[in-house]
Amino acid sequence: MAKVAPELQYSDEHEWVARDAGNLVSIGISAVATDALGDIVYVDLPEVGSTVTAGETCGEVESTKSVSDLYAPVTGVVTEVNSAVVDDPALINNDPYGAGWLFKVAADSDGPLLSAEEYAAKNGGEL
Amino acid sequence: MTENYTALYEEHKKLGASFTDFGGWQMPLKYSSELSEHHAVRKSAGLFDLSHMGEVWITGAGAGAFLDYALVGKLSAIAVGKAKYSLICAEDGGIIDDLIVYRRPSETEGEDKYLVVPNAGNASTVAAALAERAAGFDVKVEDVSSEMSLIAVQGPKAEDILLRLVPAEQHSLVTELKYYAAVEVPFTVDGTTAELLLARTGYTGEDGFEIFIENDGAPALWSEIVAVAGEGELTPAGLASRDSLRLEAGMPLYGNELSRDGDPFAAGLGPVVALSKEGDFVGRAALEAKKAAGAGATTGRKLVGLKGLGRRAGRSHYPVLKDGAVVGEVTSGQPSPTLGYPIALAYVDVEHAEIGAPLEVDLRGKREPFEVTALPFYKRSK
Repeated sequence: MAKVAPELQYSDEHEWVARDAGNLVSIGISAVATDALGDIVYVDLPEVGSTVTAGETCGEVESTKSVSDLYAPVTGVVTEVNSAVVDDPALINNDPYGAGWLFKVAADSDGPLLSAEEYAAKNGGEL
Repeated sequence: MTENYTALYEEHKKLGASFTDFGGWQMPLKYSSELSEHHAVRKSAGLFDLSHMGEVWITGAGAGAFLDYALVGKLSAIAVGKAKYSLICAEDGGIIDDLIVYRRPSETEGEDKYLVVPNAGNASTVAAALAERAAGFDVKVEDVSSEMSLIAVQGPKAEDILLRLVPAEQHSLVTELKYYAAVEVPFTVDGTTAELLLARTGYTGEDGFEIFIENDGAPALWSEIVAVAGEGELTPAGLASRDSLRLEAGMPLYGNELSRDGDPFAAGLGPVVALSKEGDFVGRAALEAKKAAGAGATTGRKLVGLKGLGRRAGRSHYPVLKDGAVVGEVTSGQPSPTLGYPIALAYVDVEHAEIGAPLEVDLRGKREPFEVTALPFYKRSK
């Protein structure tokens, strides 16, 4: 069963949000999502300086089996993207809550987010 | 649809498989990573449960003549011990299923014996069509799909591993077995030796074997194969890797490349249709007309391989474009784990189907460059 990191918040679309400092957040996708996707082979991330809008698509994650949209869990300007996962998308499978983070946003507002407990309950995951 | 479980379901659960529905069966999709399972088959060996496939015995004095009528190939010409890839078509030439037909030695004087192996989702349809077509032939059609399991060991180490289950004096049965041939081989499992039908066939593009065994013996055989393999030598492999392996090998999958609406010529399977054989067969008139009309050659679409020039993969049903106009449709596609670039099978208008033709695939609104390439995408070095 997929693990859910307890210290994070989650969107319904399986993105996680970590509060870094002030309004700066890191965003990735959960182990529930990576398990369902299978081995990720390509990731398309928003550009630094672009504005993402909570609930709207901002990129794509492609696995051997399928393509999924990436949804922004917050609204704000992208401050940094993880070039390591663009070069080696397997990082997302291997360490979805760590080295597999996707991008950082200076968030103006949040979309609807779930606590780890709520997200785990909804997705049959374990904390 | 009710869910079916193979005799190996508990083995898969123990190995931590995630499951998917395939043709009404709960089958392992992957055990850990489909990419590592794929690479394991190319480099060493993979172990597959194919028990969802069907098995139909055809026996009787008229078995050869019957199969020549029921299927598109000339099955009566198969030598005993050999196998042949064939199709069962409808009267209109549409493909009901693709099959492997094994000719087996008959125990009864004057009779012939064949084993027909259809795909999982089509097994009951094929068995019913064969039974219906058997009227007037001296033949018995016996669907044993629910009693039989099928275990495949595929990859360059497959032979080494299986030989460990076979008494040394019988090794030549395995080592001398040719591709698309089958033989009864004594396998020792849990100290008991029993003859099992071993075929040198597969769906991965590698050397490999498929072993037919009755359901009650399947879990012990599976475990024994795992037990005799060395560390890292054999990897249980699910349907995700089976699909990527067969795609690299350019092999069609029923439901993607083959269907009731398609025809063998467009699918590149013209050579499988024995229009020169004597007598009528189901679909002959329609197939002769399609061939005469140039299906898959001068008219309509034909199945081609596409190589992606970018990083993105085409997927089933994505449109294929030429100068912005739709000229085809992808039937299977994904990034090739072995080759490192996207590959796809697609039906493309014949005028855009020559090798090297530059095309685009519409990836959910984004166009990516592809070119027509020769099949198979991957061929093992011998």
